[in-house]
Amino acid sequence: MRASPRMPLMDDAAVRRALARMAREIVERNGGIDGLVLMGIRRRGDVLAALLRDEIQRAEGRPPPTGALDITLYRDDLAEVGPRPVIGETQLPPDGIDGHTVVIVDDVLYTGRTVRAALNELMDWGRPARVLLCVLAERDGRELPIQADIVGRRVDVPGDERVEVLVPAEDDRLGVDLVDPGEAR
Amino acid sequence: MSRAVSSPLGKDLVGLEGLSADQIRTILDTAEPFKEISQRRVKKVPVLRGKTIVNLFFEPSTRTRVSFEFAEKRLSADTVNISSSGSSVVKGETLVDTARNLEAMQIDMVVMRHGSSGAARFLAERIPSNVINAGDGRHEHPTQGLLDLLTIRDHRGPIEGLKVCIVGDVLHSRVARSNIFGLLALGAEVAVCGPRTLLPVGIEEMGVGVFARVEEAMEWADVLNVLRLQLERMQGGFVPSLREYNRIYGVSRARLDATGRDLLVLHPGPMNRGVEIDSDVADGPHSVILNQVTNGVAVRMAVLYLLAGGAPDKAEAAKQGGEA
Repeated sequence: MRASPRMPLMDDAAVRRALARMAREIVERNGGIDGLVLMGIRRRGDVLAALLRDEIQRAEGRPPPTGALDITLYRDDLAEVGPRPVIGETQLPPDGIDGHTVVIVDDVLYTGRTVRAALNELMDWGRPARVLLCVLAERDGRELPIQADIVGRRVDVPGDERVEVLVPAEDDRLGVDLVDPGEAR
Repeated sequence: MSRAVSSPLGKDLVGLEGLSADQIRTILDTAEPFKEISQRRVKKVPVLRGKTIVNLFFEPSTRTRVSFEFAEKRLSADTVNISSSGSSVVKGETLVDTARNLEAMQIDMVVMRHGSSGAARFLAERIPSNVINAGDGRHEHPTQGLLDLLTIRDHRGPIEGLKVCIVGDVLHSRVARSNIFGLLALGAEVAVCGPRTLLPVGIEEMGVGVFARVEEAMEWADVLNVLRLQLERMQGGFVPSLREYNRIYGVSRARLDATGRDLLVLHPGPMNRGVEIDSDVADGPHSVILNQVTNGVAVRMAVLYLLAGGAPDKAEAAKQGGEA
């Protein structure tokens, strides 16, 4: 075991600063908050979406409708991985997503397969006018032609480390770590 | 290290007997999000895309077959229905030959209803496809047991400590057996009530109480699961007459009201109105009979999903979720 299997990349304050900037970028991209919907990917993306919603409310005076996507049933690795018994619920905002600018919020953009699954699920729910991808951390290793529109931090991963986003609801702190393989979350 | 689990149920679902409380809870918890899929505009998720499922029904069934078929289609599986009339079964083919012929066409799962107790296990041990028991003789009907558990949990919270009485024709009922195994595994108190001719000999040894009078059962129970009097199996003189059965064991509004208690009433269907259950109960505020039907689709989706996983060794190689 190496001396420090877990190296912090962003602490609580750094994540909050990044989220404040990302919130501004989202509003700017959409030209205000009319027609804006945030959809966080479970688990952790939905927590980040709620933090972004709060930031946008602080700046604009009202929150954008926010929902959550659970992409378990849209994964492409059931045959390899087996079923995941815990499936979260997908929650849409009351007015749905038709004709809205939908911002997909996730923690880490890596292979792009989660985002592919999220896009497929969104299309089953309705017809957004436009979809943007917003991630707190982006690393290389894409297996699909997918890129993020709004990024908190780009991370260079030298070896086979993992980038982990930690959120209070799941991990009792907010931050981004670079984690040695073999170190479980 | 890996959060992924490979098929927590094993290859088949033959019965609830022998399943652990954790396994049963896993199925019920997995069914929760599947309820929501049936509310969507596009009632379909792609999780079983490319899987072929054969619904092999050797006994007539509408509700169970349709419920399985909806579950399969909402998970994007391809399905084929085979019923005994009009199939080579009537030409004398054996069950195993029928199944092997289907397997030769590269199927993945078989959902089977059969008149003989033990038919599901017999088939499961002989073919590599997943086998789901949709009712075999008097043995078990596990998905009905599961949807009853889910419906009770929806309306009365955790099953543990609840008092559930199964009323009526327990003798001929695979639904009763699956209910008893599932309820006991989850820590409920279980009793049965009915004419002694319709209760299996030695039922007490399963760990259930026995009530001779339905009024006493209603005083005791939180939940009544009222079974169908299987009229097609009543040639043996089990009850003097349907009218007398109704007068003594029928679940009526007057009897429910007399308890002054808020009982939950389930019935697996199809109902004989005016025999084991009166219309003012079936259509009244105690009844959750249509919730059972709705939950049936979600529970069957959960079972199909949980059984459709890959081989255990592959789960080890699976990378953790979380990263996109």
